[in-house]
Amino acid sequence: MNGSALWKRVLQPAVVVILLVVVIGIPLYLALVTSAKSQGEANIPDLSLPSSWHLADNYSKAFTQGDVPWALFGSLLVMVPAVVGVLVFGSLASWVLARRSGRTVSILYSAAISGIILPPAVVTIVLLLRQLGLASTPFGMMCVYMGMYMSLVIFFITGFIRTIPLELEEAARIDGAKPLMIFVRVILPLLRPVIATATILICLYIWNDVFYSFFVLGGGSVTTLPLNLYSVASSNLYQNNWNLVFAYVVLMSLPLVVIFTFAQRRIISGITGGAVK
Amino acid sequence: MTATTSAAPVSAPARREPERKVRHSRAAGLYPTWFLAPAFAILLVFFFVPTLFNFIYAFTNWSAFHNDIAGVGLANFRAVLSNGALVSSLGITVVYAVLVAIMQNGFGLGLALLLERDTRLNRFARVIVFLPVLMSALAVGYIFQALLKPDGALNGLLGGISGHPVTIPWLGSTTWTIVVVAFVNSWKWMGLAMVIYLAGLKTISEDVLEAARIDGAGVWKTFRDIRFPLLAPAITFNVATALLGSFNGFDTILSTTGGGPAQKTEVLDIYIFKVYGNGLFAQATTMSLVLFLVVTVLAFPVIGYLRKRERVL
Repeated sequence: MNGSALWKRVLQPAVVVILLVVVIGIPLYLALVTSAKSQGEANIPDLSLPSSWHLADNYSKAFTQGDVPWALFGSLLVMVPAVVGVLVFGSLASWVLARRSGRTVSILYSAAISGIILPPAVVTIVLLLRQLGLASTPFGMMCVYMGMYMSLVIFFITGFIRTIPLELEEAARIDGAKPLMIFVRVILPLLRPVIATATILICLYIWNDVFYSFFVLGGGSVTTLPLNLYSVASSNLYQNNWNLVFAYVVLMSLPLVVIFTFAQRRIISGITGGAVK
Repeated sequence: MTATTSAAPVSAPARREPERKVRHSRAAGLYPTWFLAPAFAILLVFFFVPTLFNFIYAFTNWSAFHNDIAGVGLANFRAVLSNGALVSSLGITVVYAVLVAIMQNGFGLGLALLLERDTRLNRFARVIVFLPVLMSALAVGYIFQALLKPDGALNGLLGGISGHPVTIPWLGSTTWTIVVVAFVNSWKWMGLAMVIYLAGLKTISEDVLEAARIDGAGVWKTFRDIRFPLLAPAITFNVATALLGSFNGFDTILSTTGGGPAQKTEVLDIYIFKVYGNGLFAQATTMSLVLFLVVTVLAFPVIGYLRKRERVL
């Protein structure tokens, strides 16, 4: 066996397995195994198996302490409308920005995508929402997320539309279709790959966001899964409850992990593909 | 990279010129201006106005402790300068961002090269490496806090291997903890960088590599002279997003160290969060403005430089 074949058949697989076990396996295993321990045993989190299993107990406690149903409802309540809204309004604007030319349009485009780089003004957003009567409301949160991710959506979709031949629209136009009709019937279906990319990424960000929701939803009745994880974990300071923290971590990560394992090929090709085409 | 720019222009489509633009005079009828209205209304109200407010309220005494808001000139800037918070948070943020950009890209590129061939094991490994990307950074931080405690799992493991107890305070060093925290954040995001590098590697044509092989180039030479330069768009994207994302770094740091020990991992967003929690809204705004200005000043040259490298190659 020469060097290259040795690497391909033996060493590379060995390196991959060792890396997976040590680098990814140990941290994830630690979370899983600790979520099954008693509070006392979880106090010093190590890799040993629990001496007695407390799975049902921990998960039901985390479920009630972290108020999972209500937080899940809150997470979905802000995420779904925000994602739908930013994609609909963003692609509508992108079509115009991609097809019209001139100074005004290029200035508008630059302004529209500036938010990809510029950080949102998180403190004064709260002030603004108070003035609008939207502070601590899910509607205010949706608007803030839409404002934050509009730039990303416009950047992706405008770039994509520019590669769609004009002839496709013109055919519909000759048949007498109005602009809105052309957008819905011709353009929107063609945008599927790039919309998939944007949806995956924005869902990932909003589902896991804790910084902006702290500021915007703080003090309100609606809460999200990550916000509740923080409050469960913060009580860890007074009474060690790693078992509950990790039970909650597992509960909260499960939906995305399950969706991912069923649709991983489409998700990964969605993340890279939409932008490559 | 909590909530920032991402996804992958492996070959940047925005730069591609349109096949042909619609004539100016007809365009307004075919592509009605009002289609722009909802998107720009949202951007204006929820992005640009708050940003503008930054420039106003940083110069006031807005706080939780009184109802009226009055101008105070540069008092907030003087306060964050004199208590050292500005210089220290800013320095820590820059160090953190650079560390994350280096580690995340190093890990991501390494993994992409390791897992490049389409074997069953490699495909499985890619899925596993991608799992942390899906998890909340907060959750990842708690896992590593438990792993890295002085009496945590890592020291236990090292103790088991070496035969005598190990109690390294991984998250307790005033010098090295920032590196550990940057590692944790890179660990969480390396799967995304890997996926983008894999897509970049796929775009390199087999012919070019074949030609290099015929010319007698080895694995290392092929990588250094051909594959690495051709990865430029993916590198631009990954470095820029890692840098900009970690300027807004928050979740991972909050859940691993909370800014400690001795405020040595207190990046700008952690500071903003704490000061805001104390009711000093104007000071938080001041730091938010500083972050905005720093990102504006740094981002454009960095992206410009990376883009220029792409064009040269």
